[in-house]
This record gives sequence, C-alpha cells and structure tokens, in this order.
Amino acid sequence: MTDALLELEDLSIAYDGLRGETRAVRGVSLALRAGEALGLVGESGCGKSTVALAIVRYLGRGGRIAGGRILFEGRDLAALDAAALRDLRGRRIAMVYQDPMASLNPVMTVGRQLMEVPMIHDGAGAAAARARALAMLGEVRLADPEAVMERYPHQLSGGQQQRIVIAMALIAEPALLILDEPTTGLDVTVEAAVLDLVRALRRRIRSAIVFISHNLGTVAGVCDRIGVMYRGELVEDGPVRRIFGDPRHPYTRGLLDCLPTLGRDKRQASLVPIPGQLEPPHVLPAGCGFAARCAHVEAARCTAGPIALALFAAGHRVACVRAAELPVYARRRTDGVATAAGVAAAPVVATEHLTKVYVPRRRLFGRRRAPVRALNDVGLAAARRQTLAIVGESGCGKSTLAKVLAGIEVATEGRVTLDGAEIGALGIDRRGRELKRKLQMVFQNPDSTLNPSHTVGYAIGRALRLLRGDRPADLDGAVARLLETVKLSPEMAARVPRQLSGGEKQRVAIARALAGDPDVVVADEPVSALDVSVQAAIINLLNELQAAHGTTLVFISHDLSVVRYLADHVAVMYLGSVLEHGRVEHVFTPPSHPYTEALLAAVPVPDPERAGARIVLEGTIPRAGEVERGCPLATRCPRRIGAVCDDTPPPVQRLAGDHRIACHIPAAELAALQV
Amino acid sequence: MSAPVTAEVLTVSPPATSRRQAPRWWRWLTAIRRSKPATVGAVIILAWILLAALAPLLAPYAPNAPDLAALAHTAPSRAHWLGTDHLGRDLVSRILWGARPVLLIAPLAVLGATILGSLLGLAAGYRRGWIDLVVTRACDIVLSFPVIILYMIILAHFGSSAWNIIAVLTLTKAPIIARIVRGLTLELREREYVAAAKMRGESALYIMLVEILPNARGPLIVDMCLRTGYNIIIIGVLGFLGIGLPPPDPDWGGMVKDTYGMMMVWPHMALVPCAAISSLVIGFNMLAVGLRELGLRD
Amino acid sequence: MARFAAKHLAFLLLTLFVVSFLVFALNEFSPGDVARKELGAYATQDQVEALTKRLGLDRPLLVRYAEYMGKAAAGDLGTSARYKAPVRTVIARHLANTALLAALAFACIVPFSMLLGVAAGMREASRLDRAILLFSTVMASIPEFALGVFLVSVFVVWLGWLPGTATLVAGGGWSVGAQLVLPVTVIVLFDAGYVISMIRASMVEVMQRPYIRTAVLKGMPFRRVILGHAVRNAMINPITVILLQINYLVAGVVVVETVFAYPGFGRMMLEAALFKDIALIEAGALVAVGLAVLTNILGDLAYMLLDPRIRA
Repeated sequence: MTDALLELEDLSIAYDGLRGETRAVRGVSLALRAGEALGLVGESGCGKSTVALAIVRYLGRGGRIAGGRILFEGRDLAALDAAALRDLRGRRIAMVYQDPMASLNPVMTVGRQLMEVPMIHDGAGAAAARARALAMLGEVRLADPEAVMERYPHQLSGGQQQRIVIAMALIAEPALLILDEPTTGLDVTVEAAVLDLVRALRRRIRSAIVFISHNLGTVAGVCDRIGVMYRGELVEDGPVRRIFGDPRHPYTRGLLDCLPTLGRDKRQASLVPIPGQLEPPHVLPAGCGFAARCAHVEAARCTAGPIALALFAAGHRVACVRAAELPVYARRRTDGVATAAGVAAAPVVATEHLTKVYVPRRRLFGRRRAPVRALNDVGLAAARRQTLAIVGESGCGKSTLAKVLAGIEVATEGRVTLDGAEIGALGIDRRGRELKRKLQMVFQNPDSTLNPSHTVGYAIGRALRLLRGDRPADLDGAVARLLETVKLSPEMAARVPRQLSGGEKQRVAIARALAGDPDVVVADEPVSALDVSVQAAIINLLNELQAAHGTTLVFISHDLSVVRYLADHVAVMYLGSVLEHGRVEHVFTPPSHPYTEALLAAVPVPDPERAGARIVLEGTIPRAGEVERGCPLATRCPRRIGAVCDDTPPPVQRLAGDHRIACHIPAAELAALQV
Repeated sequence: MSAPVTAEVLTVSPPATSRRQAPRWWRWLTAIRRSKPATVGAVIILAWILLAALAPLLAPYAPNAPDLAALAHTAPSRAHWLGTDHLGRDLVSRILWGARPVLLIAPLAVLGATILGSLLGLAAGYRRGWIDLVVTRACDIVLSFPVIILYMIILAHFGSSAWNIIAVLTLTKAPIIARIVRGLTLELREREYVAAAKMRGESALYIMLVEILPNARGPLIVDMCLRTGYNIIIIGVLGFLGIGLPPPDPDWGGMVKDTYGMMMVWPHMALVPCAAISSLVIGFNMLAVGLRELGLRD
Repeated sequence: MARFAAKHLAFLLLTLFVVSFLVFALNEFSPGDVARKELGAYATQDQVEALTKRLGLDRPLLVRYAEYMGKAAAGDLGTSARYKAPVRTVIARHLANTALLAALAFACIVPFSMLLGVAAGMREASRLDRAILLFSTVMASIPEFALGVFLVSVFVVWLGWLPGTATLVAGGGWSVGAQLVLPVTVIVLFDAGYVISMIRASMVEVMQRPYIRTAVLKGMPFRRVILGHAVRNAMINPITVILLQINYLVAGVVVVETVFAYPGFGRMMLEAALFKDIALIEAGALVAVGLAVLTNILGDLAYMLLDPRIRA
C-alpha cells in the first residue's frame, strides 16, 4: 500500500541482555493510513510498547531492529541520520506517555516545556510560541491557561498533566500520534474525560493515531482498527467491530472471555481465564506461539511451522490456521458459583460512623498543614460468606478503610466491630492472636507484597506459625497444603519472589492470608496490577475459596466491572464519604447516586457500539480536607441542583432492601432522570 | 459448581530467571567476574591480603632491623629490592609488615561502624518519633564536624593505639551509615510485606532485623567497600601527621612522614609507601564501583 | 523564609554549644591537668595546686564553660601558649592563609568537576565515561600526602619546575604564585575525584528519567537536552555536596598544609593539639564547627532554590 503513512514490514526487534538475545517483537507487518486510528492491544510482554519505541527509534541500550523495516511517509526510519531523525520527532511523529508526572521536567514550568516545541521546529520566537501554547491549552480544555502556563508539573493533577503532554504532542500538528497507555494510572472519571478529549481532537486534527493499551475497553471507543499482539507477534488485525463482534483468533476470544462486563456476575457464570501461563521470552516454539494454551489447538497443523498472518476477510487478518473453522463467537458460558447472597445474614464485620482524621505531625518551625479527613462518618457491613465491595477513585478513602479494618491505622471516631468485638481503637499491635487470625489482608502490589529476601515457604511458614498458635508438627506439609489450596505446586515453596510471575505472587499472598483460616479477608485492589487473563483466574480463585471456607470478603477496587461481577454488596465512596450502599444489582441500576451514574458511564466497555461516555465529570477532585460542609461531590456533580448541595450534607435516603443513597435529589426523581 | 477449567492445579512453568540456585558464594564470584572494575579491585585486595598474611614468610629481613652497611646505597639494589629507608631498614619488609595493621584496623572499624550505624539507622527509620529526632540530630552534629580536627583532638588527648583508632573511626563513620540505613528503612517500611508481617504479629525487632535489613544489603555492601578504602586513607593520614600508631613498628603513613623531608635526595623512600597505600585503596574503590554497577543491572 | 532561618539558627547554636562543650570538657576536665600543662612537666604538686586555685580552675566545669563562652562572645578567646599571642590574631592569620588556598582550590574544583561529571554521566558506559570514571576513582583513592609526594617527585625533584614548600615567604627565589601551584593542584585532584563521581552518578540517574525521553522525542538536539533539561535536575543533589567541600577545604587540608609547610588553619590546629595549647584548640574547634554548620545551611538554601518541589 503506497498511500500508507506508516508501514511496518516484517519488523523484528531484539534486546541483547545478560543471557543473550531476546526477541521482543517478531515479524510484525502493519500499515496505517493518514487519519486512521489503530489500537494495539495485548498483555504485558507482548511487545506493543516496544513497537512504539522502535517507530521513534528510542529503543535504549541493547535494543535494535533485528529484521524488517519501518517506513514512514515512504522513508526507512532506520536509515535516517541524526538530523533527519530530530526533524521528524516532535514535528511529524509525536508521542504521549503512560506516566505524565514523570514525563514532564519537574524543574521547568509547563508553559516553557510547551513552548520549546514550536521554538525548535518552526523557529518561532518566544512571543509567537507562547501564543500557540496558550491556544493549545485551550484545545485540550484546560481552564485558565494563563495561570497553568506558569505552573510546575507537581502542582497539577494527573489529568491536567496528561492534557499538557497531549498538548505538547499536538502543538506541532504531527502526522502520526502515538499514545502509549495514556490513561493507565488515571482515575476512571479522569480517564473518561481524557478519552473524550482524544476523540474530539481526532475530529479536528487529522493525525493518524496508534493507541496502545492493555485495556480493550479504552481502545473500543477511540480506534477504527485493532491489532492484537501476543508474545511479540501480531495475531489478529481488523476493523474494531469485527474484532469485538466476531474475533477469529483463539487468543482474542480468550481475552474477551475473561473480561468481566457490567452485565454479568458470578452467580451466572465463572470468568473463563486463559489456561496455562505466559512462557518466558526466550522459549521460542516452532509453530504458533499460543499453541500451548489454545483450546482449539491441533497438534500437527499448529505446531509444525510458523503461522503467517493471513487475510481472513476484507481488512481482517488472522494468524491462525483454523480461523475459518471456528464457530461464530459467543461468550463462553460456564456454570456460576452458588453464593449465599440471598440469605440475610448477620454482619461479621461492620463500621458505624467511622471517621479517620490525619493530623500532620507538628514540627518545630514547620508549616502548619490542615488535618486531612480521610474517612467521614462511614457506615458499612459485610455478612458471613458474602462479598462486600468498596469502590471509588483515588482519594476516596478506600485504602484508609482497609488500613483501619486491618489495624494498621486506628479510628479517630466511631466503631468498628468484628463478630461483635470492638476493634476500631485496637491497632494491630494491641490485637490478640485470635483477632489477628480472624482478619487478614491481601495487598495490591504483587511486587512488594512478598519479601524479596525470603522464600515462599518461609513466608507462609511464618504466617502459619504465628497465626495458628501452636507450632504445626509438619510445617512443610502444612505449607504444601496451603499452596495447593491456591492452585500452586508445592515445589514453589523453595522459590524466591524474583522467580515468580505476578499472578503466582498474588496467589502466595492469598495463601499467606489464609494460613490462619480467617473469618474475614480484606483484599485491597488485589488484581489491579495483574494482566487481564491472570485477573480472571485470581477472581475465580477468590470466589471458590469463599464458597469452600465461608470467608467474608471485603474487596476494594476501582474497577467497576470486577466489582459488578464479584460483589454481593457494594459501597461507593468519594472523598471519605459513602455516597451509595446496597445490593449490587440495586446500586448498579437506576436509581443510582449521580456519582455512581458517572462512574458507570465512564467505565471503558469493550463494545464499540456503546463507546463514549455521555456523562463526564469535569473539574478536578478537591483535596481531602478542603470539603467542610455539604456534599463532597458538589464541585463536580453534573446534577447539582443549587446552593443546598454546597451547604447542607445530603440526607441518606433508604430504599428497598438495604439500599441507601446520600443525595439531595429524591430517589424517584433520580430514577426518572436516569432512564 | 465450578467449571473444570479452574479445578486443575496450575502446571508450574520453569522460572524465567534461574534454574536451581547455585550456592551463594559462587553466584557472588561469577557476578564479580562480570564487571571489570570489580574484578580488578578484588584481585588487588586479595593480593594484598595474601602478602600481608604471609609477611612473616615473605619478608627478606626483619622490618625494624637497621642494616648499617646498606646506608651507603639506600637506593633499590639486588640486596634490597625496593631500597632501604634512612635508617637502613629494608623497605620490602617494612611494606609487607606494615600492611598487617592496616588490613586489620580498617575492616574492623568499618564493621563496627556498620553494626552501630545500622542499628541506629533502623531504629530511627522504623520507630520514628523521638528516637529518630535524637539520632538524626546527633548524626548531623558529628557529621558537621571536620573529622581530621576531631581525630587530632581526641587522639592527641587519649593517645593512639590500635583500639583507640578503631574506636574513633567507628564513632565518626557510624553516622554516615546510620543516615544511609535510615533512608533505606524509611523507604522499605512502606512496603506491603512489612504491613503483612505486622498483621501476623511480628515484633518490631523481628521486622527491623529480618524483614527490612536484608533488603538493604546492596547499598550497604557498596558503602562498606568505600568506607574501608576511606579508612585506609585516614590511617595513612594519621600516621603522616604523627598521631598514628606509635613507632618503631612500620606504619605506612609514618614511613612517609619520616622520609618525605629527604625527597630531594632519596625520593624512593617516600614513594614506595605512597604507592602501597594508593594501590590498596584503589582496589577497594574499584570493587565498590563494580559492585554498584552490578547492583544497578541486576 | 523566617521559619527556615529560625530553624537553622537554632541548629547552629545547638551544635556550637554541644561541640564546644565537649571539646572544653575534654581538655579541661581535670583541673590539675591544665595547670600542669601551663607549668610544664617538672612542676611539683604544690605549685600545680597553687596555680589551679589562682586561675580559678577548681570551680565546677559548667561554670568555667559559661565563663569561657561569655568571654568568647565578647571576643576574648584567650592567649595561645605556643605562639604567645592572643588567640584571635593567631587564628585570623592562619585562617586568612587557608582562605586563600581554599578559594583558589574551590574556583578550580567546581567547573572542573562539573564539566567532567556531566560529560561522563550524559552517555553512560561510553569511552569518555569509562575514562573519567577511572580517573576520578584513582584520584579519590590516592591520599593527599601521596598525591603530594608523587607530584613533588615529578615537578620538584625530577623537573625542578616548582618549589617543594609553600611557606608564603617569597624567599628562595620562588614567587608566592609558584609556591601555590602544587598545593592547589593536589587539593583539586583529590577532591575533584570525589565530587566528579557524585555528579556523574546524579547525571546518570537523571538521564534514565522519562522526562529526558520526552525531551529527546520532542526533537531537541542532544546538547539542548543536556544543558536545558538534564543538568539542572542533576545538580540538585550534588550542590549540597559541593558546598560541604568548603568545610573540607578549610580544615581537612591539614595534610596538604603539612606536606608543603603551608601556614594554614589545619596545621595550626594540629600543632595546637600536639602541643596541648588548650586555648587555641578550643577556639579553633569553635571556628571549625561554626564554619561547618554555615556551609550546611548554605547547602540547604541552595537545595531549596534549585528544586521547586521543595519550595511549595
């Protein structure tokens, strides 16, 4: 295709490491036309970011193009000299990065950083550059551009920083814009606003876009075409509707199968994770890279030799020999897990009027800082054998809540009860062994949840020894049994965390929490840092363990689809207050609190038909501690009715079941508005 | 009923990084070999350790025995490979014997400083509160003082013996290490595995020593190499200023002090001990540079 | 700003008092010692006791300390036993000499190390980097007296281009300028070794940061990336280190002063310690500590000015 703006011809990229060469990208061929938006999706290690870095020729030490070519506007990028490359970067090809705070120079004002682009590429003078920068800030919808120009990056919020980075990329009107996981790490409502912005900008600025993400939902709304990568290879490539409607590669199907969507929950069907594990990058199978995990594999045809990306239908390519033989795609259904949700049970762990205020340490000669109200009058309950989910964005207090339950922090006011015993004032140091055994925690980050200097067996052994009270006569045996409960082989006990994958580490963390057979497990974002296929497996595991041991699960997350799938009850939090609380089917259908409504609208859905949030929360999240009276959402609520929202705390309306909404608008009116 | 897909035990794939763990010292050795500076440094250090340990066997003469006959030709000759000093004592022997106190005092002082500094840093970083305040201020005060002056004042007052020097070096180096360990502790105590340890009821002492300290290993080891090198310089300086180990035992710094006044006539007498000290310190610093690079790459 | 000043002033005073008290206590703890030092080793016990009483040395330690500090605040630091002159003049003279040396050395060290440190760190593992790393490691490993010995053996003994001593007396045919060349060179080489490695390490770390990637991918020429974006971030940490070198340059150069017989502050302190000239030791310690804390404060100030994140 000679009218292609960007063409990858059989591109292979290798890294030279301590153990020889690793192929990060193998034989990828793609073409992108001017103005087209391509989404590149895949899980960690699939090579999508590497492709992006190769296009801008920033592979770092040890990385090189091992085969094939990258053609941009007909020119081979590898053959460009330094001056031509500099000319291209920033002007014809621009990039937006994942972590906006780290991508901006902390000691330079954002205005200056913005102005540098026209000053370098177009030789503009300071005044002209400034004018263009101000105009661009307006385009990315930043309020008060004059003031923003003088700010330093750390003085802006995450969403604002990302808009600056986008402005910096677009200011020279590039032909190609590469976005590498631009919304990962941003809150869901902020993400929705940024995606909305990208969609709007696409209509005005005719750049081609390469949008890289591991989240299928985010690309569905923005891109025309999707390319799916697995282990360095492009396995499927086609128009967005075909990919989501009737994917032809077993891996793509597997990805879609293991996504929890807002419509399903665990009672109906378990998530279907992709069996097996991602092999380490130096293991190179002779045939299809996915064969070891494929449900439709046929030994002779699939593993004999390399599988080429073949044209299946117009504009739709698939690297699978059996593509045409697969049935039309329908989401896999398996039996759900029976839960005790219907049974009204006594609460095992509950909070009443829980408040937590952080008073910053008064330092001699230090600046006086305002106290931070992390939790404000929080009342929740989780019943036996059920799952209570706490959902909210950053700063809502869900992590603080987890810490208070666990005893890492102590409540300032209010009560926290566990099986009737008051624990709110008991820090972890003051809790007896029995209490410690009853309530355990699973943490968020698999890389820091296990001590890198201890083996798996040692970590679990310590937990067994301390939580069970007596020294189990056969410690090794007990460790092995625990490992089997979380579906790990007993020989893992000798490994150190460095040798485990993210999913395996999280399983060990779960095993460690279960060592004392607890009544309550508080899980603080346990799957947020994992790949989608691994998430599904861990979520299923949590479900089964709950069913088998009768554990109460307090599940904290920002991911509404997972919450919808997993929870029996849910509490929606914002800035330390509970805005809505009740059974999951009640909360997620109207009438809902306006915030819940916005959250639901903001969730990126892997369905191109429904893409695009209709409700976007503008404005920035106020800092905790700034809100004194009234509803915490008042500054951003799209349904704000007037001064009463700012001044008076909203009344708690009690609806059917134990559904509660804290809003000034009566529930009946909400139901009518939210149809 | 759960689906059959999840009922299987996950097959454990071979780990990406290593197969069976080789014994720790072997891994260290291969790691050092990978870095050129580390190898050079390690070789130099080992060579000196060997020379010092075997000094009684290797030294051709007694270190303090003046050879009056050689005073006519003090320059290097076949009888005395590196020449003699102004009293006719053989330089090769004096260098070999002089290596022994240096290689004993410097590491011991570093060990003492590391132990003391680590304990203080751990306590300050983990417990915070008033312990942190006191320790940090004390460290700041000790560190803000130019150490040479401190040595001069203390050693001139108490006299210099090996133990006094070790004590002084320990006390003045411990604050640096305390600061490093405190910084590391402040970072590591936020890790989730520390919270997990608290949740199962581990004592503060266990958390500090078993959960946090082993993970501070890397920077500490690099720093220990650097400290040892620096201590050797200080021992040399003390000898040079006249407040080092008492004569007549060979002390490299003292040897320079006695002979540099005669440099116009006999430069080799001062050059030889200077070269000896420099080479040993270069060894330690190279090893530190190499280890730091390895740490970053791992 | 006022808070900053108050906090640091408090620290300065605290340190001054603590250290001077410790030094004072060390030297004057046993009253008999002081008198004995005055009278010499052959004094009888009676003479010692008589002098002790006459000088008021049998009063409690804290009282004597308070009196000493009172006099010091007024400017009277006592009389030097060795130089037989007021301590004030002795210290002032030696400090001025050291200041000359320190100023010259500092003026060379800062640009020299910044240049080499940045050049090394901007392209890690390049040949230039390896060479500079080797140079700075070796220089930081050779003790100052050894460096002095090496340089003297080349430039004085062998080539005869420069004098071997720097007594600042323009006799013997060498100008003051020529006398200063070798001492300054030794100081610069030794100290730069350390400072270069700090700047290099900071630069290497900054070059890995994502905002450098952003700058490069904006199409900025490499030189502008280094000068405009990297250096300012890289210098934030080393600045405090560089300012602390002033501390070293004032007192820590006693070794160089000894090698070249330079009449500086460090050498004065050494001889005072060896000679047990108590008044000089105490006053000198006071000055040294005061200077050390001042440089500390300067370092904090510089840090605040360079990093806008701290200012907020």
